[in-house]
Amino acid sequence: MDKYHRLKGQRLTALFLIGCLLFNYPLLLLFSTNSAIWGIPILYVYVFISWAVLIGLTAIVIETRK
Amino acid sequence: MLQGWVILLVSLAYIGLLFAIAYYGDKRADAGRSLISNPYIYALSLAVYCTAWTFYGSVGRAASSGIGFLPIYLGPTLIALLWWFVLRKMIRISKVNRITSIADFIASRYGKSPALGGLVTVVAVAGIIPYISLQLKGISTSFTVIWHYPKIVMPAHVDVPVSSDTAFYVALFLAAFAILFGTRNLDVTEHHEGLVAAIAFESVVKLLAYLAVGVFVTFGVYNGFGDVFSKAAAHPELKALFTMRDTFHSWVWLTILSTMAILFLPRQFQMAVVENVNEHHLNKAIWLFPLYLLIINIFVLPITFGGLLHFPDGNVDPDTFVLTLPMVEGQGVLALLVFIGGLSAATGMVIVATIALTTMVSNDLVMPVLLRWQALGRAESSDLSGLLLTIRRSAIVAILLLSYGYFRLISESQALVSIGLISFAAVAQFAPAILGGIYWKGGSRAGALVGISAGFVVWAYTLPIPSLAESGLLPQSFIESGLFGIALLKPYGLFGLRGADPVSHAMLWSMVVNVGGYVIASLLSRQSVIEHSQATLFVDVFKHSSEGDRSAARFWRGSASVTALRSLLGRFLGPAQSEDAFAQYARQHDLNWSQKTEADAELVDFAEKQLAGTIGASSARVMVASVVKEETLSVEEVMDILDETSEVIAYSHQLEQKSRELEAATAELRAANEQLTELDRLKDDFMSTVTHELRTPLTSIRAFSEILCDNPDLERDQRGRFSGIILKESERLTRLINHVLDLSKIESGKMEWTLSDIDLREVVEEALTATGQLFQEKDIQLEVDLPNNVPSITADRDRIMQVMLNLLSNAIKFCDSKAGWVAVRLKIKTDIMQVDVSDNGPGIRPEDHDIVFEKFRQVGNTLTEKPQGTGLGLPICRHIVTHFGGKLWAESEPGHGATFSFTLPLKLQATDGERVGSNGQSQI
Repeated sequence: MDKYHRLKGQRLTALFLIGCLLFNYPLLLLFSTNSAIWGIPILYVYVFISWAVLIGLTAIVIETRK
Repeated sequence: MLQGWVILLVSLAYIGLLFAIAYYGDKRADAGRSLISNPYIYALSLAVYCTAWTFYGSVGRAASSGIGFLPIYLGPTLIALLWWFVLRKMIRISKVNRITSIADFIASRYGKSPALGGLVTVVAVAGIIPYISLQLKGISTSFTVIWHYPKIVMPAHVDVPVSSDTAFYVALFLAAFAILFGTRNLDVTEHHEGLVAAIAFESVVKLLAYLAVGVFVTFGVYNGFGDVFSKAAAHPELKALFTMRDTFHSWVWLTILSTMAILFLPRQFQMAVVENVNEHHLNKAIWLFPLYLLIINIFVLPITFGGLLHFPDGNVDPDTFVLTLPMVEGQGVLALLVFIGGLSAATGMVIVATIALTTMVSNDLVMPVLLRWQALGRAESSDLSGLLLTIRRSAIVAILLLSYGYFRLISESQALVSIGLISFAAVAQFAPAILGGIYWKGGSRAGALVGISAGFVVWAYTLPIPSLAESGLLPQSFIESGLFGIALLKPYGLFGLRGADPVSHAMLWSMVVNVGGYVIASLLSRQSVIEHSQATLFVDVFKHSSEGDRSAARFWRGSASVTALRSLLGRFLGPAQSEDAFAQYARQHDLNWSQKTEADAELVDFAEKQLAGTIGASSARVMVASVVKEETLSVEEVMDILDETSEVIAYSHQLEQKSRELEAATAELRAANEQLTELDRLKDDFMSTVTHELRTPLTSIRAFSEILCDNPDLERDQRGRFSGIILKESERLTRLINHVLDLSKIESGKMEWTLSDIDLREVVEEALTATGQLFQEKDIQLEVDLPNNVPSITADRDRIMQVMLNLLSNAIKFCDSKAGWVAVRLKIKTDIMQVDVSDNGPGIRPEDHDIVFEKFRQVGNTLTEKPQGTGLGLPICRHIVTHFGGKLWAESEPGHGATFSFTLPLKLQATDGERVGSNGQSQI
């Protein structure tokens, strides 16, 4: 694997670790409250938005050319 | 209105459309214009992950645990980020080894072990059957619900006879579907392009159907997301779902389970690895597939709360909300679309899963048994390809009937998701053996067998068996008080573990015994040769596969005939396909079969892989071994071949050493060259000096001869003087020429030496006698000190005499012209004799002590003084003395005379290799 591929692999690993943090207990509990944004429970907003952001970052990492 | 016949017609038309797509896809593949060779189709085909569980079950689970349905999709999103490493490696390994199923993968990694392949197949079948029954349940429930449109009727939980059970006909229909789709080709590594195209299409349909119902509920029935949730918030029991309901460990275990499921579920392996046409498609799938999961889940929560708000009394199963919500709103067409979407989700899963399982059952369970059945194995002529197809088709029917049986037994009482999780937990048992297998060379067959079987036993004991008890098939006391009433053996509280939900509990214990068993047994067992080589091929696949597919062939040594291999392949692949394969091989390797009778390692490896594509790696190995005379490689040999790294290191060491040797040789050559150049220069110098030295006497001879010739009437005494000069110069010329000849003889080693025992005292005395006249003429005082008796030495008498004469004449030449004094001494030392010749001449400067022994170097001003010698005497003397093992040197202080000394050893050892005996005779 060349340097470019190694870098991509490292970025994906970093995103994986970020994802593990985002979708796990301490952070989820922070948002596990009865408040809402636009009428939507904040826990749902948090999970779906961070999920979308994670996918977006992944797409950027994957599609970025040298 | 939604008539029954409309539902049936639309369903059949939809299935017909799938067949059309599959047919078109296969046609395009045959024509070489693949329909599926792009990353988007690949990502969509991975979405076979979303089954009836997702389509109907997510809402069902969300209705009881809120966001708790999501770990099943977050896990795959997370692990997709690591596909870059893990899945890419699995794909490469499978392509190189023509692996066709997850059982094949594991068996192949651990030494192509048939036992392991069989075990994995059993675990996979046992684990996936609940999952398939979940799809049957999904289809039959949704069919029953939509059949009663516009009334909302839940399927009756009463025993209906099999003959009138919808699910039974669904199972049969799906079996026929799978047979038509999946067993058209015999070689399972050939991509089922049509199938993949159909699955991708189904993924689009189920996504669109889900989005349609989601948009309808969210924006049609309600006024957007905020509205649904605000209305739900008014109900305390619904508001409770807005926060985390799951405990920490069930959330984490569900996430872990789904990460393993997405990698190791047989249908995911089939789609992601076996059907992958291009490794690079994986890259885009890393973000496209999670995106698909995100989109299909966006409306799960609004639909859940919509359903809960619509059916507050709980007599409608939340698993059917997706369908019942449009129905209760009178949207018949939308309900039909949802039904088709659910059908897509379920059929896609069933087809791919049965095909994957069938491959395993036929290749890793049935084939090994059949091949051991001697009559079949030996019957050379029989064509087994037809038998293979029959086995596959029977296996499909058997798997679907088993699933139906499971459905009849227990599924009716359970929610979709809890059935599915049992399957997830089963395939998670493959994780240690596979992940360990592709990253740890030490993982052994024994480890994999122990780990998987221990994990499987714990899984069975803690998940499916108690679920049988819950369904009333086993006594309830089994759950409440454990096996034989032992509390520690409670299936939901093994060894007293409390507080975990059944899935987390089962995962914890099964992973403990699985990982523990795998690691410990691997560390305690010794790998066989083939395990060792397979381990390296798998772990280092990126290193080895870059050399092409040949790496496996390096581990094989033996002999086989081409004809035997050809007929073997013919029996399993069918004659036509086998001929194609051989023709392709011949084209690639540019060879002619008529000239090749002995198969080499590469061809045997090729044949084995062709066979592996059809009957699995372990069976292929057994079959190839039956026609091949194989020499077993020793572990050491394999180690030698394997240790690529050390080989390379050794090679580079060799290279380094070679280059060092080369450098040394170059340096030697350069030195030799310099020496040659120096010698050449010396020769040139010598030549010019000799010529110069010769010309001086010649010139004077010629000049005086001319005078004599031109003046015949020259006075008599003058003529006499001139003749004298000519005579003297001629003598000098002769001497010079003699010296040059001597020197060149000595230097070229052609000098002839006449050896005899000589008395050095005698030689010295004789030399003194010979020069006595000169001493008297010049009135030089001579001092001689010779011992009376001297031991004889072996040397050439004439040459030693030459040395003596030379030293004496030099002393005479250079000693003080008025009060000349010369001393000659002979000393006997322990093993040498030394002769000193001293004079009282001007002496030699210290820096000239060595120069006087060089050719043509005379000390003193040669420009102003007439040379007194040839300049060759001393060099010749030194050569002679050195030849007899002695030394010749000068000692002097300017103004105090000079002493020339030479030594000769008493026991002479000839330097040119002759051994001279004490009797003085040369012994050659």
